[in-house]
Amino acid sequence: MRELAYYEAKLEALGEILAADERVHLFGGSFLGLSPHRGLFQKIALAYPERVAFPPISELGFCGLAVGAAMAGLRPVVDLSTASFIFEAWPQVVNEAANAFYMSGGQTRAPVVFHIFHGLRGGGAAQHSHSPQAMLWNAPGLEIALPSSPRDVRGLLKTAARSDNPTIFVDHVQLLEMLGPVPEDDAAIPFGVAEVKRAGSDVTLIATSYLVQRCLAVAERLAREGIQAEVVDPRTLVPLDFHTLMASVEKTRRVVIVDECHQSCGVAAELATRIGEAGFDKLKTPIRRVATLDVPVPYSQRLEEFIGPSDSRISEAVRAVVG
Amino acid sequence: MLPKLPKENLLEILRKMLLIRHFEESLIGLFDKGLFRGHYHVYIGQEATGVAALSCLGGGDYMFTTHRNHGHLLARGAEPGRLLAEILGRKDGYNKGKGGSFHTNISSLGILQTSAVVAGIIPLSTGAAYAAKARKAGQVSVCLFGDGALEEGAAPESFNLASLWKLPVLFLCENNGKYGVGRAVAAAQSSTMAAYPLTDLPKAYKIPAEQVDGLDAGAVHAAVSEALSRIRRGEGPRFIEAQTVRWPGSESNWPVVPVPTEVALAWDVGTAPEKVRGWYRECDPALIFIRELVEEKQVTREEISQVDKNVRGQVAQAVDFALKSPYPDLEEALKDVFA
Repeated sequence: MRELAYYEAKLEALGEILAADERVHLFGGSFLGLSPHRGLFQKIALAYPERVAFPPISELGFCGLAVGAAMAGLRPVVDLSTASFIFEAWPQVVNEAANAFYMSGGQTRAPVVFHIFHGLRGGGAAQHSHSPQAMLWNAPGLEIALPSSPRDVRGLLKTAARSDNPTIFVDHVQLLEMLGPVPEDDAAIPFGVAEVKRAGSDVTLIATSYLVQRCLAVAERLAREGIQAEVVDPRTLVPLDFHTLMASVEKTRRVVIVDECHQSCGVAAELATRIGEAGFDKLKTPIRRVATLDVPVPYSQRLEEFIGPSDSRISEAVRAVVG
Repeated sequence: MLPKLPKENLLEILRKMLLIRHFEESLIGLFDKGLFRGHYHVYIGQEATGVAALSCLGGGDYMFTTHRNHGHLLARGAEPGRLLAEILGRKDGYNKGKGGSFHTNISSLGILQTSAVVAGIIPLSTGAAYAAKARKAGQVSVCLFGDGALEEGAAPESFNLASLWKLPVLFLCENNGKYGVGRAVAAAQSSTMAAYPLTDLPKAYKIPAEQVDGLDAGAVHAAVSEALSRIRRGEGPRFIEAQTVRWPGSESNWPVVPVPTEVALAWDVGTAPEKVRGWYRECDPALIFIRELVEEKQVTREEISQVDKNVRGQVAQAVDFALKSPYPDLEEALKDVFA
């Protein structure tokens, strides 16, 4: 299989979804964030001048515009760039798009994709480092996808563009440079299918997005200590493949959930609750969470690393449950 | 003035104005009997604006409305029985009882979302216009909202986008806070805007904007049909502020009917309580329209009475239909979260 950089796989997917369906329109051009490769997006913008629009700095206005365009038959993919900016558009995302199908009694579809870069990007400080996926999970009606590899970003983006529901595409700038195998064929990855990214027998590590890659790295180091960690990536939170998560938990009987949301009411909190409700008797040790500490994100590198779900905190949590 | 339309069209406008009036008055009665819950808003006093404006739309056009939507939906062709069933939370409502008065929408009529969040539909209607322009199908999007929506940031953000991208959208602001027709009394506005007149706001974004008398069906029809033909020609968005006078029945938190509307009130408001007589004599768009039809010898009083009788029968049937409709099954609550 060919190997591509994450940003290459993502750009390829954007080009493919534009080519496959003329209802797809892109709003915004920061799908590669501030990466040195961001200029490559220009090629797509030039190829589809009538379907790539650059709106003014008005998230509420242009996200609502995209939702309305979706209701009227288009399939807009909106780049909000930094995830924290989705708060500017909150009423349109959680109160218009998420509710549309339900409150219309199944008449109005809003097939819009909101693309955001979440999490600790390094120096983002308090206002540019949010992971709003748990808040969004609390708004029924939104699908939430979180890629963690070149193959997944391409495959999940294609499925997001084909979905009839409003979808939040939660990406992470720390993934953009990573290399990985990407198939040549369509290879859309269905929502609601988790992937066991590393097999292991001693402990289950559940993570999403960039933290899947951190967990895989930590798992390799733990293997040298004789601990075999299984790394499971839900890939989509809504819909959630709880069956695959639970199958791993039942096998290893120990679980650590790694999550970049703030700890309280985060993704890890919800997953831990579900696992506890479904399989408390299967667990040998209490569930452990490794999440961002419940403080605003500090600027200083030393402080940011301290409050985030770092490799050392993941390792310590694993040793604690295995020990 | 009367819209410059054939008699049959004028009768249709009359029919819809009276349908809205009797529907809303009946609805208030149903609420007072405890047959539905929650806050609700009626369209009494604004019928000339909604009916005349929406008579200018084509079948494929989009329309977005707010918490004060009943009149717009009926003007666009909603079945009164299904609308009422929705407001009563019944199974046969347009949204299976999951939308209610705040959210009734009918996608088959081009009504894609009815949002009760103030200004929520302004970006949405701009987006439908974006889709219409992208498809080059000649459709327009009409957004009907109250003056208070201009206070939200969603309004100017949408005006900027619509103007920059020349989108085919008509922003129709229904300002029901005008104290008296033709009296430019700034202090009597119900909204709290530094931009005054309200048309200053869209004009800042280079959107052509005008004020019309929202009690005058002919003035509204002329302004909206002209605006829509320019929009369809690709000239970009337009803004109209239709000024109406708040119906005295909506002064309290929940609407109260001070006097049931009768055609005869058009000539003699003697039966109305004294403090609301002025509104019914000068500011009631349905009664103004009836007087104009007769004075301009377009329609006889007998014809008007016949229309009124038919509409009352239609509303009675709608009430009967809605009350007979069962409540939704419980499993309905768990459906339609995802398409």
